[in-house]
Amino acid sequence: MTALAPPPIRVAKSSNPTGGRSKPVVWMVLPALLMFTAFGLVPLLGVLGLSFTQWDGIGAINPAGLDSWKAVLSEPGLLHSLWVTFLVMALSWVFQTPLSLLIGVFLASHKRYRGFLAVLYFIPLLLSSAAIAITFSALLNPNFGLGAGLGVELLNQDWLGQGNLALGVLVFVVSWQFIPFHSLIYQGGVRQIPTSMYEAAQIDGAGKVRTFFSITLPQLKYTIITSSTLMVVGSLTFFDLIFVLTAGGPGDATRVLALEMYQTGFKANLMGPASVIAVILVLVGLGLALLLRRLGGGAATDSQLEGA
Amino acid sequence: MAISTRPAPPRSGAITVTGEGGPRRRSSVLRWNWIGGSFGWLWLVVVMLPIYWIVITSFKTRANYYAQNPLAPPTSPTLENYRQVIEADFTRYFANSLIVTAGATLPAVLISFMAAYAIVRGSAGSRFLRTVNGVFLMGLAIPLQAVVIPIYLIIIRLQMYDTLLAIILPSIAFAIPLSVLVLANFIRDVPKELFESMRLDGATEWGTLWRLAFPLTRPALVTVTIYQGLGVWNGFILPLILTQDPAQRTLPLGLWSFQGQYGVNVPAVLASVVLTTLPILICYAVGRRQLLSGLTAGFGK
Repeated sequence: MTALAPPPIRVAKSSNPTGGRSKPVVWMVLPALLMFTAFGLVPLLGVLGLSFTQWDGIGAINPAGLDSWKAVLSEPGLLHSLWVTFLVMALSWVFQTPLSLLIGVFLASHKRYRGFLAVLYFIPLLLSSAAIAITFSALLNPNFGLGAGLGVELLNQDWLGQGNLALGVLVFVVSWQFIPFHSLIYQGGVRQIPTSMYEAAQIDGAGKVRTFFSITLPQLKYTIITSSTLMVVGSLTFFDLIFVLTAGGPGDATRVLALEMYQTGFKANLMGPASVIAVILVLVGLGLALLLRRLGGGAATDSQLEGA
Repeated sequence: MAISTRPAPPRSGAITVTGEGGPRRRSSVLRWNWIGGSFGWLWLVVVMLPIYWIVITSFKTRANYYAQNPLAPPTSPTLENYRQVIEADFTRYFANSLIVTAGATLPAVLISFMAAYAIVRGSAGSRFLRTVNGVFLMGLAIPLQAVVIPIYLIIIRLQMYDTLLAIILPSIAFAIPLSVLVLANFIRDVPKELFESMRLDGATEWGTLWRLAFPLTRPALVTVTIYQGLGVWNGFILPLILTQDPAQRTLPLGLWSFQGQYGVNVPAVLASVVLTTLPILICYAVGRRQLLSGLTAGFGK
């Protein structure tokens, strides 16, 4: 009954010549808008602007037309770092998704261990990427690390010294850091599935495997899209981890776009070309976000709002 | 929230169950999910093993570390590594991290909260606010790394290079979009009748913001603060690019340079990892409890 009362008042208010109720609140958005404009929007436009200039990071900024774009697009470094970026993205998705799904389903159904596991699973999320990278580079050190200490031949590799191995290690470390997080997302998703569906499946005599593929997996569609979006877009931001773990090496085996940008801009002092790479990074990120959104049919945001 | 602790409702209403309502039935179906189970426990070992190794190794002497099985606990535990780390100016890095984290997170959450309130309360009657909301949503997709070059330029032009403020200002900006999104969702959950009764009592929007919305969204505020604080505390690229002076280093950057200097001394490096992580673990433990009490205080009535 009480719920019916407010609307007429609100209608009366908004047609009020004194401006209704939106005026007194508008100013409250200004501090946030100002900060975000100054250090978010202006830099976003600025990076596009800087990509048409020549700048060494210290001296004067000179317009340079399309020089930087031509230089970057004709260089093999860009294609290579794009390829490494997609490789890291794809491999970490392929490795993380099935494991997170399985663990999430497991966590959702075992109430007894759930709290205990969730607390421990959270720990990698609290560590800084720098700390994680330092730990794993010490752990995998061929001379002082775990492999050397335990004397197990298989573990005693030059993990970070060979291109393919280093890439594998990177994917593993990323998974170590983020699988727990995605498992918790999937756990939440599984718990949203109506129990009646499982009961119906049981009555129909469906086995566990069949139930998983016919009910759990389709019902988790939006959870999978959410988790995948976070994984894919997040994989563009692995700068800290890679910078400390391998610094893009050995050679350029793990040099992703963000690292390529850093090396070009802050090591080689070519801010123009570095800005070009940054623009490409933004475009890749936006493109992926839009693509995944389309896959979700645009309904992903609705279901998220329902859950909140 | 309180509803979720009730026992499973009768079967006819089961379709509407969304929260923790009825896992009992489901668990009987999935109980023998041994593949997921074994992966769950296996991955726990994978997660915990490096953490166990960090902690035990940080208490070993260097000689002990090279001589012993790396997974065995230290035979003669020592605090020498920690002493060495603290002497390497880590107290200063710690203070810097604390200033940057508090200085970025608290203002960011407060102005995001004000913005979220304005967006929820005013969007219906203001195209400007709807546009701003759209701008913030778009902001979620901007990766910080992609805009560090212009940020670097702005910071130099503002004569703020090599100051903690240089790290704080962009950190605030990049905490805003997600904070506004989450807080707006929570403010939307506050019943409209409460806003109306505040208004009828003659409260201003500013008063309603602090006396109604703030207490009712406290759990969300705590969560957002912890999340953003963690991000700033662990932030690496902004300190890397915007500072140079060792006196302005934050902990992650300090860790990195310490590793560069003492990389061979594995126990000392790992002690530095433990020391920089400890404050987060303590905050998480404290914050979690506050989170729970916030939930019961906010929604239990």
